[in-house]
Amino acid sequence: MAGEDGDGAVHQPLDAKQKDESVINNNGDNDVKVLKNDEEKDSGVPSAPASREGTPPPLPPRRKLLETPDRRPPTSSGALTLPRSTPRSAARPPLQSKATTALSLADIHSHAHVNEGSYSNSPASRQLSLGGLRTAHSGHGSDGDETASVISYAPTMEAGTDVESMLGDVLRDRSTPGWVPFSPRKGVEEGSLFPDDPDFEEAFEHEFDELDDITSDGLDQDAVVVQWKAKLKHFMILSFAGKPIHSRHGNDQLITSSIGVVQTLISFYQGASEELRGFTAGGVRFVVMSRGSLNLIAISKLGESDQQLRTQLDSLYQQILSTLTLPVMERMFKNRASTDLRRPLQGTETLLSALADGFTRGSPSTLLSALECLKMRKTHRNVINNTLLKTRSENLLYGLIVAGGRLVSVVRPRKHSLHPGDLQLIFNMLFEAGSVKAGGGENWIPLCLPNFNNTGYLYMYVSFLNLDKPLEDITERPQSSGGTEEEVAILLISTEKEGFFELRQMRDDLVKQLGKNGSLEIIKQAVRRGRPACTDIIPGTVLRHFLYKSRGNVQFIMPSFEPAFSDPVARRRLITLYMHLHTALHSRPVHPKIHHSTSTTHTSLAWSTPVFELYAVAPANTQRAALAQAANRLIQYVRREEERVFIIGGAVF
Amino acid sequence: MAARNPQGGRPGASNSRFAQFKLVLLGESAVGKSSLVLRFVKDQFDDYRESTIGAAFLTQTIALDESTTVKFEIWDTAGQERYKSLAPMYYRNANCAVVVYDITQASSLDKAKAWVKELQRQANENIIIALAGNKLDLVTDSPDKRAIPTADAEQYAKDSGLLFFETSAKTSENVKELFTAIAKKLPLDQAGPRSMRASATRPGVDLRPEAHSTQGAGGCNC
Ligand SMILES: Nc1nc2c(ncn2[C@@H]2O[C@H](COP(=O)(O)OP(=O)(O)O)[C@@H](O)[C@H]2O)c(=O)[nH]1
Ligand SMILES: [Mg+2]
Repeated sequence: MAGEDGDGAVHQPLDAKQKDESVINNNGDNDVKVLKNDEEKDSGVPSAPASREGTPPPLPPRRKLLETPDRRPPTSSGALTLPRSTPRSAARPPLQSKATTALSLADIHSHAHVNEGSYSNSPASRQLSLGGLRTAHSGHGSDGDETASVISYAPTMEAGTDVESMLGDVLRDRSTPGWVPFSPRKGVEEGSLFPDDPDFEEAFEHEFDELDDITSDGLDQDAVVVQWKAKLKHFMILSFAGKPIHSRHGNDQLITSSIGVVQTLISFYQGASEELRGFTAGGVRFVVMSRGSLNLIAISKLGESDQQLRTQLDSLYQQILSTLTLPVMERMFKNRASTDLRRPLQGTETLLSALADGFTRGSPSTLLSALECLKMRKTHRNVINNTLLKTRSENLLYGLIVAGGRLVSVVRPRKHSLHPGDLQLIFNMLFEAGSVKAGGGENWIPLCLPNFNNTGYLYMYVSFLNLDKPLEDITERPQSSGGTEEEVAILLISTEKEGFFELRQMRDDLVKQLGKNGSLEIIKQAVRRGRPACTDIIPGTVLRHFLYKSRGNVQFIMPSFEPAFSDPVARRRLITLYMHLHTALHSRPVHPKIHHSTSTTHTSLAWSTPVFELYAVAPANTQRAALAQAANRLIQYVRREEERVFIIGGAVF
Repeated sequence: MAARNPQGGRPGASNSRFAQFKLVLLGESAVGKSSLVLRFVKDQFDDYRESTIGAAFLTQTIALDESTTVKFEIWDTAGQERYKSLAPMYYRNANCAVVVYDITQASSLDKAKAWVKELQRQANENIIIALAGNKLDLVTDSPDKRAIPTADAEQYAKDSGLLFFETSAKTSENVKELFTAIAKKLPLDQAGPRSMRASATRPGVDLRPEAHSTQGAGGCNC
């Protein structure tokens, strides 16, 4: 029976040769460089020795810049000074030839958001973020000719004129002055960094609720459609032939009518280049992306840029490949264009939904395409690395220790790196979706890591550690008091389909050794400590939260969301702010090196150098000098602690 | 229920026996394989359970009688088509199999029959197969939900030499009975009363059956 079934044999072991080629092909920008030895091989990412974190090397040659003849690259000190000028509503800073101690003022974009909600942009900022949307792809190789970008954006002009409506109904109430000096929410001692927005809060609260069944409770279809429309974010995946493959909200019955519309729109946009395939309708942003035989659609009221939505769609696509592999999926469609892909994907719906919900909640890792590590002393991490190397079994490809989505240690072959996108799929499966979580015991999971090799499967051994009794036989996934954040998993990946017992033995050896040499205790303490608060990192800092990405290491650090962003709504708004900052930094024709903006409730900063990207937020009344000083102190902190907060090198064999 | 932790077993009475067997669960997706295992191993049940990804490996030790302890090493497989080519790896060395169908879904018995056929053709010659018609609780209140009459499945099981139970992972009806019946049918004599500890020195690479390897002088289940 097994062999007789046509689409049964999806598993093709992948031979080593295949693997090597694909890895070489895939050494793209986003490979986790820390996991690689030969960093300079990675084109695309400026190769900066890790020890120079915070000390930017000279900038690469600049593109032709029309309006700022007096730009200078930052000095090597990397220190930041923000101009003292009052917040301006114009996106363009004044041209000044006077040098600051660090960056030329022309590099700084500052503008104010006046009386705005967290999602609503003032005209000035709207212009700014539209510049971002419009030129999402023009950053490289373009001449920086703004007029050209505007023209090229013409088909999606509606979006350009209408960011407010794109934010949707939930943002209606923005005439209310946003400043809420003393939020009644507990845990927040000072003013909230975002204005009250009850409509958004209401919508977000129900975002992840299941829709009612059309048949049950005598609810008519209209009522369900209302629920459906109230969702802030939808993802749909259709086959080229228009067959539904996945929809985050709503069953076939409900979305059939939308599919017709979407198919029409897709054909309308068929010829258009990817950047143009976004539009605004009914106050909602639509982005369509084609990949192979699939069309993926994001529908969002959350205010992401098209580029950011495309990154999310790409991740969903990678998840599908991870289940099927590219050749198998393409063969299915080649054999029958009307193939219903839901059958072969059966059981992975929850993985797609968990990914989607992660994006809706807001994922710093996806935004930055980077990984987060568990902070620990270098010597401690070295002991763990060495233990992994010592206990490594013959057919191991990658070995990882992961604590609640944060990497503790990695062992890998010299010539193979790990891609953050692949790790994200794995972390999503283990820490977000319930499938493995609920299963108990140990798991043996065939999966394709599409950025590693999208044509074949790898096999992953997974077991979760009980940190209180790590040496005990595993009979079930331990319940940890701290939720998924505190769960520690051992992942051992092999090309060997039948390698389960070999890797299981390695796991036993590894855990035993880690127990003996005290590493388990160290991991346990680090996990229980959690992320430090901003003020633990820099006593008395004005910063309330930040994201720091080390480009060279493709890793990021961030402080705890507590206390300022402990509830999911505040967290989502913070991520949205980061998304706007990220867009401002990445997609203007003139790459600003620094972007500074203020609103009535917060002030924020984005700073990019070849070595790092920094996004930070502070209360509204924060003085610029204080913000700049805080950023500089943070850079110093990272420089000092980089070998603890990042995995540099890892264990290589 | 039975002892959770076989490691806790101390050398007990000299006539105690300890045997270890490999068991595999097969059957269509969503019939309740994982739920049956979770009921058996953890005595838990979730009304909403996500599909198994790949396969899960669990162990459970039960006391057959005062002197006999049986440890099951259980492969809970995902029923999906795309994992089918991996199935032989899980049943190849299995001593016993539970093939599960959903008594409210007619097609799931056909799938179960196909698995039985495959096992009889490809698996261990002496494999003990149990057929489990799951979700018995669903027909208790509304008998019209039943799609497969007990007698039909029973007759099929008898003709094919299978153990047969109708079970409910939800109410735990017949779950323990199912696994106990399997344990009783397994060839315990081959699992000698005394032997070396197997676990630490096991050669890792293959999925060799560990049944018939024995451990310690028998676990006590107090
Ligand atoms: N009413 C009822 N539901 C069950 C029973 N066993 C499993 N289920 C439900 O059926 C669904 C599929 O179960 P699962 O164990 O994941 O099936 P598997 O795919 O065969 O492993 C889940 O929603 C379970 O809650 C049962 O005995 N009675
Ligand atoms: Mg299952």
